[in-house]
Amino acid sequence: MIALDPAEKKRPEFIKVRVKRQDGPGKDPYWQLFQIKYEPELNIISVLQRIAALATTSDGKKVAPVAWDCGCLEEVCGSCTMQINGRVRQSCSALVDRLLEENDDELVLEPMSKFPVIRDLIVDRKRLFRALQRVKAWVPVDSYYDMGSGERQLRSTQEQNYPLSQCMSCGCCLDACPQYGKIELEQREGESDEAFQARELEAFDEGFVGPHAISQAMLFNNHPTGKALAGERLDALTGPGGIQVCGNAQNCVSVCPKEIPLTTSIARAGRATTVHMIKKWFDR
Amino acid sequence: MAKKRVVVVGGGLAGLSSTMKLAELGIEVDLISLTPVKRSHSVCAQGGINSCNDQTRQLGDDEWKHFDDTVYGGDFLNHQPPVKEMAYWAPKVIDLMDRLGVPFNRTGEGFIDRRRFGGTLYKRTAFAGATTGQQLLYALDEQVRRREAEGMVRKFEFWDFLGPIQDASGRCRGVVAQDMVSMEIRAFPADAVVVATGGCGLVYGRSTMSVFCTGSAASRCFQAGAKYANGEFIQVHPTAIPGSDKLRLMSESARGEGGRVWVPRKPHDSRAPRDIPDSERYYFLEERYPEYGNLVPRDIATREIFDICVNDGLSVDPERMCVYLDLTHIPKAELDRKLGGILEIYEKFQGVDPRVEPMRIFPAVHYSMGGLWADYVRSHDGGLEPGAPRNHMTNIEGLYAIGECDYHYHGANRLGANSLLSCIFTGLFTGPSISNYIESQSEGFEDVEASVLSDAVSKQQQRHDHLLSANPDSDENPYLIHQELGDVMTRAATVVRKNDQLQNAIATVNELHERAMKVNLSDTGSWSNQNVIFAKSLQDMFPIAKTILQGALQRDECRGAHFKPNFQKPSLTAEDPAERRRQAEEWCDAFEANNAKYLKSTIAEYDCSTMQPKLSYEDVDTSLIPPRPRLYGLVGADIIEEVWKERAKAKKDGRDLAESTS
Repeated sequence: MIALDPAEKKRPEFIKVRVKRQDGPGKDPYWQLFQIKYEPELNIISVLQRIAALATTSDGKKVAPVAWDCGCLEEVCGSCTMQINGRVRQSCSALVDRLLEENDDELVLEPMSKFPVIRDLIVDRKRLFRALQRVKAWVPVDSYYDMGSGERQLRSTQEQNYPLSQCMSCGCCLDACPQYGKIELEQREGESDEAFQARELEAFDEGFVGPHAISQAMLFNNHPTGKALAGERLDALTGPGGIQVCGNAQNCVSVCPKEIPLTTSIARAGRATTVHMIKKWFDR
Repeated sequence: MAKKRVVVVGGGLAGLSSTMKLAELGIEVDLISLTPVKRSHSVCAQGGINSCNDQTRQLGDDEWKHFDDTVYGGDFLNHQPPVKEMAYWAPKVIDLMDRLGVPFNRTGEGFIDRRRFGGTLYKRTAFAGATTGQQLLYALDEQVRRREAEGMVRKFEFWDFLGPIQDASGRCRGVVAQDMVSMEIRAFPADAVVVATGGCGLVYGRSTMSVFCTGSAASRCFQAGAKYANGEFIQVHPTAIPGSDKLRLMSESARGEGGRVWVPRKPHDSRAPRDIPDSERYYFLEERYPEYGNLVPRDIATREIFDICVNDGLSVDPERMCVYLDLTHIPKAELDRKLGGILEIYEKFQGVDPRVEPMRIFPAVHYSMGGLWADYVRSHDGGLEPGAPRNHMTNIEGLYAIGECDYHYHGANRLGANSLLSCIFTGLFTGPSISNYIESQSEGFEDVEASVLSDAVSKQQQRHDHLLSANPDSDENPYLIHQELGDVMTRAATVVRKNDQLQNAIATVNELHERAMKVNLSDTGSWSNQNVIFAKSLQDMFPIAKTILQGALQRDECRGAHFKPNFQKPSLTAEDPAERRRQAEEWCDAFEANNAKYLKSTIAEYDCSTMQPKLSYEDVDTSLIPPRPRLYGLVGADIIEEVWKERAKAKKDGRDLAESTS
């Protein structure tokens, strides 16, 4: 990558920002246009900060500030995922100068499409974390007492595992996946919070588990102690909403901001589940 | 057996290790966090985690030396028993994290690889690429998810902690928190409460910290009567990437792996860095600190970089202060394997490949050594007494503080790769202490009087409703006030501190505080209203900001990260050996006199009626390693050290004699 030559940078006086807003779950979305002063080296986070401080649309109407989610601002926490100019990505690493090269007319910000909108650009990604529980993405250690070190590990194993372990649960892969459908339930009248939550989890557990979780299953199946649950993970991946749902569109790997080899994980999982099912059939 | 329940506030390394340990001990946990815990600020820690290890041991290292480096690096402001305990636990902590699946980098033979970090001469630091914090956090997050699946943990993510609940006796019986989506405010009764809410970087506007690190949770405990200690000790990290929304960290591991800091000797040399020959580069850290080179402790590296830009006028860029951090002499494959994560950050955000071109970096606010005051019980061997209920309890009974938000372990300056250790260590170590505390109580979380809970909730509801409606005619905007606060704090209370500037800053911050209490919100809705959540955290930044400024003003000395040039101890000037010796004696007299006055923790208590902190001072437990001058790079260090050693020996001989005759 080469730095933009300052002389070639487009320096408009103002930037137009079109934001798809929604006041709450089940409400109709609507668009609003904002305008902020151009500064060099802005990212989408600083654009949204300026909009929040102004809270005024381009035609001078006072509005509630746009709600969005962010955290570390350096692309390791996974909070600030949204659709920017039609593409799902992290807003912290979306640099305005580059976006203006693609489209110098305006910036278009929308919430992720596969998760229920809470408000404006904030979505509810509980389902994503639930999937990690479905595939038991953890090492089942006996205890947290001092029992000495773990097993020695070849550098090549570490180098295979580390990239998978960098998954920050941002959800880009899920938003881009054609097989991952939106699941949005409404609390029924008279339904308790607990009952609603249980119904929601049940629905999540029937939906597609998603490339991120498949990849985590492979990560833990490749760990000396994590392997202990390999069979249970493969069971989860062959159940409803498991790996068979993947249509091999390969969108996941192309949008992953961390360039995690998700399709390699899916291929590994495909082979492992096949062997697992044949073994289970013979063991019957 | 009655059910036990603890509320843990904060889901970073400290909060998660506490949660998983408590769950293991059979205690249910309600885990409250502003963000899904997997996104907590600990993910930003890059470089690694320290412990002495098999390799360093054979080079003469041991736990005691790790302990010694930590208190020496911290300029002896650290209470020593907790530090000692942590250093002795460190190898065990890394073993546990290894078992939990953290993908630490490996040597060719499959052992955990180590690198060197600042303030030590040993390779103590274990690392997982350059995203060690992220990897440690994920391992703990996974264990907590496992406990959640077992039903031992309930997570309340996107909930904002509003304050502790205290009964008539003052004991903490739970917390009040607010759902940031539905805006519901409710009580969470508990047997004990653990606050693990990290640092307060947002008080400075922009820092290396995540947007959640407002310090408001600690401030809410402070305003409820908890003491806040050593607030003025704020670490400014030497190397960060300046940005308009955030100052992104460039890990010390870049220097640990051989990165070199330099500026062109000619001011604002316009040549590309690679065209500047070695002889025309000023490797100022290596020249000024031959022993530690680029790996001097952080406070020193920060001051040197600041000095080279501000006073020597040697900033690389005439418009924006920065120096080069150069990795281009290291093979690319090695850089990718060991530093990939941070090099990507630089490349993504600056659009320049740091493998080819030196990075441009400048110091940024990074860590709060100070925090909520927390107690401990010293064991007979000078460590902490395992399982003692008072370990890490604040002065509010039943309220514990751990991780960055307490004031232990790092003294006046934290060594790199010690923070991840202190967070995980405190989470694990306090588990049995909290369990024993709960055992000792006759009333549990199910016995809290309903009125205690409802009063606490209605107090917070009033504050919330008031903010939404009280100031319709005001034009005070919380975001703009926050910018002003950040500017004032950054100017007056970071690298160099001067009393006149601090006094001015105090006056300005007082005004800003009053204005912040009258903000008019652009969103008065009752559904995921970020505006009101932010306004509350902004208001709660002020007690901390005032404590930092007042503490800095009253501390007329230089200690670790707190640097006042007007109170700097001079280098030796004499050439004549006898005169030089006399100067060294004088220097040591002055050092001892200064310690008698200032080797004390600053303790703040907040007076809600005057909206001001009240300061007092607490002796530091230095019973294990006597304080000695920190002489990195001082002219005449050798002779001062000689004098100091003679004095220390004389004192020790005197003590031994007294003991043998008594």
